[in-house]
Amino acid sequence: MNYTAVAAIYRFEMARTFRTIMQSIISPVISTSLYFVVFGAAIGSRIQEVDGVSYGAFIVPGLIMLSLLQQSLTNAAFGIYFPKFTGTIYEILSAPISPIEIVLGYVGAAATKSIALGLIILVTASLFVDLHIEHPVWMLLFLVLTAVTFAMFGFIIGIWADGFEKLQIVPLLIVTPLAFLGGSFYSIKMLPPFWQEVSLVNPVVYLISGFRWAFYGSSDVSIAVSLGMTLVFLAATLAAVTYIFRTGWRLKS
Amino acid sequence: MPVSPPAPPILSVANVSKTYEGGFQALKAIDLEIARGEIFALLGPNGAGKTTLISIICGIVNLSSGKVTVDGHDIGRDFRLARSKIGLVPQELTTDAFESVWDTVSFSRGLFGKKKDPAHVEKVLRDLSLWEKRDNKIMTLSGGMKRRVLIAKALSHEPELLFLDEPTAGVDVALRREMWEVVRKLREAGVTIILTTHYIEEAEMMADRIGVISRGELILVEEKAELMRKLGHKELTLQLMEPLERMPAGFTEFDLALSPDGRSLTYSYDTNAERTGIASLMRRLAEEGIRLRDLSTKQSTLEEIFVNLVEERV
Repeated sequence: MNYTAVAAIYRFEMARTFRTIMQSIISPVISTSLYFVVFGAAIGSRIQEVDGVSYGAFIVPGLIMLSLLQQSLTNAAFGIYFPKFTGTIYEILSAPISPIEIVLGYVGAAATKSIALGLIILVTASLFVDLHIEHPVWMLLFLVLTAVTFAMFGFIIGIWADGFEKLQIVPLLIVTPLAFLGGSFYSIKMLPPFWQEVSLVNPVVYLISGFRWAFYGSSDVSIAVSLGMTLVFLAATLAAVTYIFRTGWRLKS
Repeated sequence: MPVSPPAPPILSVANVSKTYEGGFQALKAIDLEIARGEIFALLGPNGAGKTTLISIICGIVNLSSGKVTVDGHDIGRDFRLARSKIGLVPQELTTDAFESVWDTVSFSRGLFGKKKDPAHVEKVLRDLSLWEKRDNKIMTLSGGMKRRVLIAKALSHEPELLFLDEPTAGVDVALRREMWEVVRKLREAGVTIILTTHYIEEAEMMADRIGVISRGELILVEEKAELMRKLGHKELTLQLMEPLERMPAGFTEFDLALSPDGRSLTYSYDTNAERTGIASLMRRLAEEGIRLRDLSTKQSTLEEIFVNLVEERV
């Protein structure tokens, strides 16, 4: 293992975060606070408790997940897309590093950023509502697993994308709708039975449900199913990344 | 006395071909061995396959068939060992924009698995006159400075084999001379250098051996001196004390030309021929009472040789 190289890529990517601190950390915090004001305060005052939890507190896990998914994805996608775009990828490709080390560096940095962001949002949220976390270890586990999975997904998108438009399409047109419809702001159980069934096709439902269970001990689907599905997504992204490096797809001609 | 076996080549390219997805064959069965410590210039017109060959060796492009080893390590199977010996300065000015010079050069060192060594990075930056700019963002540098940054990045991890792909393209004369100086120092330090260039003068000045690639084929690999000797011909110019009105009779066996002003004679000869004929020409001139003021010889340049070679093929 070339740990020095992993560390070099990781530090490089983290330095990028600190250079763009407004965009990377502050803007998601502001937008989350706005969600809180609009959904939590304005709408929440008209909604009764959900599963014994006040609406304001109920949406906290969903809000964290929403940011986590978007940030893991876009950070990792940008991280690998940009060297491709500027041409500096030549150095990564010609260095004595294996694919797994490249992934560790880029995905590790993207996941670190989004986990830090998730925790910042958690702290921000605690200023608005009373929070308690029933299973903190599981909460962290879901946070890490989701961040890593979506950073991997973002890494794949960054390699696939051959223009800035493609880079934006997946987060905007797929992940955001799935997160909104995946129970960020409501419980799936609040839907008519037919739409409950349809929702189960949405992978984000399992992530949010598992994460919310870690907070409040209640969930839309069983925790084992949530964890299982999260691991399945992780395995799928791993398989895709393995394929990419084995074939050099979109990286090497 | 025991004879030591010849040192193994630092780079060995055996039967390497490359066909791109669209069916374009960029390289056709290239065979090439580079000895440790030499400077090898790869010449060829645009699109001949120079960059493709370099990219394959460095791991940026996959080869279609053949085998490449760097210091005995296969670039596929032992890619770590092979690549750790290589430094690459690409043709395009592909740099980060927002990083500082110091950070980007240190990053390259880390990427190649080398432990931090600020003293070495400082030396590289000083050698390339980048030390004053170490805290500048790369985007604020001129094109020539960016080119130096790319060289600094490649040297940061102490490569044994350095690829310079068009290192002086778009670089002004002063900087070009500085770069040649850098190359000379590297050679003294024992680094093997493979360079591609459009400036044939550069190859002529720097290289020990020259390879000419055209349409994906390596059409010639030769010691520079040998190449110049083989393919070049020489001209001997004789300045005369008294101008001649016409070519004197009795010189028909010599390829002689009289200048329009009658003040000089030019004799073309083949350096490869068994006899150059210079001695007998001189003798004949003395016999005819033609006295000389001065004489000079001119060798055909590598550029002339190169153009002839490539044109022959087309």
